[in-house]
Amino acid sequence: MKKSITSLAAFATAFAIAGSASAFDPSNVECIAPANPGGGWDFTCRSVGKILYDLKLVPEPVKVTNMPGGGGGVAFGYTIAKRGKDANLLVAASTATTSRLATNQYAGLQANQVRWVASLGADFGVIAVNKDSPYKNLKDLMAAIKANPSKVAFGGGSSVGGWDHLKILIVAKAAGIADAKSVKYVSFNSGGAALTQLLGNHVQAVTGDISEIKGQLAAGKIRALAVLSPERLPTDPSIPTAKEQGFDAIGANWRGFYLPKGVSDDVHASWGAILEKLYKSDDWKKAMEANGLAPFYNGGPMFDDFVSQNIADVKQLSMDVGLLK
Amino acid sequence: METLAGLAHGFDVALTPLNFGLAMFGAFAGTLVGALPGLGPANGVAILVPLAFTLGLPPESALILLAAVYYGAMYGGRISSIMLNIPGDEPAVMTLLEGNPMARQGKAGAALALSAVSSFVGATLATIGLTFLAPLLVELAILFGPAEYFILFLLAFSMIGTLTGKNVSKTFIASALGLMLATIGLDPATNVPRYTFGQMKLFDGLDPIIAIVGLFAISEVLVFLETVVLGEQVKFKVERTYATFKELWFCAGAMLRGSVLGFICGVLPGAGASLGSFAAYTMEKRYSDRGTFGKGDPRGLAAPEAGNNAAAGGALVPMLALGVPGSGTTAVLLALLISLNITPGPLLFVERPEVAWGLIASLYMANVVLLILNLPLVNIFVRLLMVPTYVLMPTVTLICFLGIYAISHSVFDIYMMIGVGVFGYLLRKVNIPLVPVILGVLLGHHMEVNLRRALSLSDGEWEIMFRSPLAITLWAFIIMSLTVPFIIRAIRERRGEQ
Repeated sequence: MKKSITSLAAFATAFAIAGSASAFDPSNVECIAPANPGGGWDFTCRSVGKILYDLKLVPEPVKVTNMPGGGGGVAFGYTIAKRGKDANLLVAASTATTSRLATNQYAGLQANQVRWVASLGADFGVIAVNKDSPYKNLKDLMAAIKANPSKVAFGGGSSVGGWDHLKILIVAKAAGIADAKSVKYVSFNSGGAALTQLLGNHVQAVTGDISEIKGQLAAGKIRALAVLSPERLPTDPSIPTAKEQGFDAIGANWRGFYLPKGVSDDVHASWGAILEKLYKSDDWKKAMEANGLAPFYNGGPMFDDFVSQNIADVKQLSMDVGLLK
Repeated sequence: METLAGLAHGFDVALTPLNFGLAMFGAFAGTLVGALPGLGPANGVAILVPLAFTLGLPPESALILLAAVYYGAMYGGRISSIMLNIPGDEPAVMTLLEGNPMARQGKAGAALALSAVSSFVGATLATIGLTFLAPLLVELAILFGPAEYFILFLLAFSMIGTLTGKNVSKTFIASALGLMLATIGLDPATNVPRYTFGQMKLFDGLDPIIAIVGLFAISEVLVFLETVVLGEQVKFKVERTYATFKELWFCAGAMLRGSVLGFICGVLPGAGASLGSFAAYTMEKRYSDRGTFGKGDPRGLAAPEAGNNAAAGGALVPMLALGVPGSGTTAVLLALLISLNITPGPLLFVERPEVAWGLIASLYMANVVLLILNLPLVNIFVRLLMVPTYVLMPTVTLICFLGIYAISHSVFDIYMMIGVGVFGYLLRKVNIPLVPVILGVLLGHHMEVNLRRALSLSDGEWEIMFRSPLAITLWAFIIMSLTVPFIIRAIRERRGEQ
């Protein structure tokens, strides 16, 4: 398996060198969103696809294909097995992809079986409570959990061991809660569904991404206790960071793409350049702002290192709390 | 009245030539998508999202187009249920219980016309509810926590016994099979794979739409092949292509009851249109059945059709007012709103009134358009029955394959569909009804995840099931649903003796 992929890559590289007289021009680009319409990956494909075409960075409208299954694993496996050399294929990815790879939820597939190309923004994690909640800041909430972990249940949109769950674990670890596993987390179908449960006081807190809670926050129905970013967000400067409250916890859900493993370095570099152009455009800045995404660009070999580090971190965290053995 | 002023503003937006034209086109395209087995409203809307972008439509126009597609698909789902005994989408499953027997009795035209009117009544009442009751309903929706949802689904299952008359034990076997199929996939609380045989495609469980197309369409084709070989084919007649006023009046009560139940189920983000049409049918059967249900009682057609269309309108309440999708389709609409730089949620009506009210006004319009469109179309749809079966059946098979492949681009799903189809054929051979199987698949997963959530919230204490007044009310309904039929039967028998 591994050997055939390496030789495939070698073949593709040789082929690319032979034909590298002209730079790569994308045509009939397809973007796979590894989930049903409506989620973050779908948004990534559709908004990036739209702007790529609006800016004439690609000649035709980008075709978005939804390929749900296995939390992104089906699309990951499909890209490896069926589209290994397709230069006109982008697949949406995020922290959810890397955290599943880290916890071996893609049935043995590895991060190095695709080519990571770039991240275009990040959605920072937020911890929020109902407006009537007794917890006024992150310290209150963490103290309550330390005193009695069963009193506070967190709701979130991802499964157990998924990104929304990991965010709480990051904070709990920073708060020095020894048995992070005791922190209660209940998984709902989406961040929005978890929020509804918070409004009805069925859970005491939610971990979501900033984009998910914007509407309710603006309406004053919920209170954001902390954002898990290095500094306060320019779009929502009133939310304090966890860091300034004394908890060294960062949780960035980056959004970006990977390409099939077998594309040439040329193609990889061209896509990097195209996506960088998109990243710098006003259209993308507007889309980011509207969706609560913070600037978070990573491209080229830097992004590979970032992904590896990301996976190593999640692995360590999951082992610390016993989700992974 | 603030609401009426808003609505008037909405009609100004909706009646511009562009928006009106889009609503017409959307209604037509939606009906078509809904009628095709496999493709439902969520797919129809998702397919047209790129079109909305490519045309560079303003947000309210894009939303009007897609909402018209949504309503249209809910209308369209009934057609193949009635004509072919194959549900066009998930909520149309209940439509075939009475609709198809009507078609077999030569009343296909009447059934199509009646169900079109029922859809109109359900969708219009829901839109009125959305206009005037949205803030109130949101308060109701947030009362439902995991425990309450679990009891709600339990209530649905407590009524399943009444579903398909004659043989109650076979109905229970069928729903148990459905519940078992619903356990395929990753365990919702611990991520442990169950019955997946290492196949990543099964991690998310058996897709209900694959189950529906397999169980109904593929098994129908197999049964058809068998009857051809045995030479037992029956020809359908079509008597007329309209519903009489008397028929409509006879079903008026059923439509109203179905609309109310469907709407409530639609408003609850964790319930949805499938539960809505199921509740509408079973309640109607409880209420009106004098041995006529299952044999083409028009009231059993009107209630679930009104119910599933009302649920579609109801699902827009949490979408607009909370920013939470009440169904797969509203999830797509929500994503569209977000990518158009609109933040859904409680402030939508204040910040972007043209979007919120324009959408609601266009729903009223789309509904009228759909009714006008669907009544003459009955004439065309009934011709389906005159298509020679050697053309019709291969076409149905082709559409099933295409429809399933178009959703996920996966050949594996096609194999699954065929497998489930053969399973459905075998069930038919031993007279196990298919509808309870599909209800087990559709509702079982929700029931399980909510039970698991409730118990993890309460640290495993069952007391959470009786904590809220709402939970206790729902339990009371369950007790009533299990005992009242026996009491009524006892009273009737006593009267019969006297």
